[in-house]
Amino acid sequence: MPDPVFTPVNLITGFLGSGKTTLLQRLLADPALSDTAVLINEFGEVGLDHHLLERIDDTMVLLQSGCLCCTIRGELSAAIRDLHSRRERGTVPRFRRLVVESTGLADPFPILSTVQADPVLRHHFRLGNVITTVDAVNGLGQLARQVECTKQIAVADRLVLTKTDLAEAEGTDALVERLGRINPSAPLWRAAEAPLDAAALLSHDLFATAGRSEAARRWFAAELAANDSAEATDHNRHDETIHAFALSFDGPVDWTLFGLWLSMLLNRHGDRVLRVKGILNVADAGTPVAIHGVQRLVHPPIHMSAWPDDDRHSRLVFIVDGLDRGLIERSLGAFLGLAPPFSAAVASGTAPALAPSASLRSPSRR
Amino acid sequence: MCSLCGVLGGGGHWTDAAARPGVFTRNVDPVQRRRERAHRIACAGRVLVYYGLTLSDWQASSFVLSTATGKTELVEDLGHLWAAAEKLLGRPCDPLDPDLIIRLEGASA
Repeated sequence: MPDPVFTPVNLITGFLGSGKTTLLQRLLADPALSDTAVLINEFGEVGLDHHLLERIDDTMVLLQSGCLCCTIRGELSAAIRDLHSRRERGTVPRFRRLVVESTGLADPFPILSTVQADPVLRHHFRLGNVITTVDAVNGLGQLARQVECTKQIAVADRLVLTKTDLAEAEGTDALVERLGRINPSAPLWRAAEAPLDAAALLSHDLFATAGRSEAARRWFAAELAANDSAEATDHNRHDETIHAFALSFDGPVDWTLFGLWLSMLLNRHGDRVLRVKGILNVADAGTPVAIHGVQRLVHPPIHMSAWPDDDRHSRLVFIVDGLDRGLIERSLGAFLGLAPPFSAAVASGTAPALAPSASLRSPSRR
Repeated sequence: MCSLCGVLGGGGHWTDAAARPGVFTRNVDPVQRRRERAHRIACAGRVLVYYGLTLSDWQASSFVLSTATGKTELVEDLGHLWAAAEKLLGRPCDPLDPDLIIRLEGASA
């Protein structure tokens, strides 16, 4: 099988002591990671001895599962470039996925932007799922005290709740509810209670499923349903600055005006837009376009092969820190309302005046 | 890097994503690229007028952002546009500014 053109990069993040290393230990032995390279902070922490097949050098070992395990020394971009270079020269197995473990205090954004901004890496790697571990015993306290902890949860595509066997059920329920308010669309695994499905954690991401209409439909239907239900129970809470909300709007969207608006929003408020994702009914695209961004970093837009359901509205989910939902909604509506009849013709080369301006559905809070 | 203007090439902004399977972009062929550039200048102009700025094409590869007094900045893509606008103006360009929103709502009415 040929190597994928773009190797997906998964990030495993989570606060200090939240179980990242334990999660990695479980994943490293999984045959699903047989063609994966894993960048970790310290070999000693993971305890690789009983998995070890071959030591390649001081920073790199090959495990029995076929997984290539490396420690990060210095810059992350240098470590990934080195791995890529060795793969191309054939001195390490041809891995098809890269998993990066972050340090507990790290803001995940710089790690994600490394992959997308580095002039070499962005031509060979793409971002995959971000997996965030949350400690069921200490999670609520960490969320209250550490902003990095909240950011790590907000950027997650998958949440893994650890130590639920040690935590009080009441505290765990409160934490799960809080996680649902910060990031309602990320599926939650309870590591202590169920076997971890490495493929679902790592490889079922937006890019991988968008080309397969059935998988993409299920993926988006689940994401949007989660947001809708979370929002329905959440709209009266004002005690937290970080919150999620969904916008839905009618009519085809002018892609250029949307890009202009989102790039302006992220330029000014990128550090407070922790997450934006959703699907757009783009004026001349035929099928929906999926948008997925973390702070100032927006992934390449995905042209999905089909709509996830019968609903043709554009839908966007935001996780923001202290930004006013009403202003975001009005601002987006004002920008999209600028689309004059000539724009459809100029943009698509098709007949003019066919694409009405998009209008935000009112009331959009459901 | 362009040897004339010093702009680093291939910034890879998401609105100019490289064409590859599964990716939505208008950065596919020369005709589509030029069409999108013209549309982008027209759309941006409707917002930039609020700040007294204008955007124009430069060699079909970059954009020139100018103030009414002739101060200019070369802009490679939308990722650089708003930072350059703020630099020229010396103040933030905020899409959540209620005054801007009112003006844009009036412009589209």
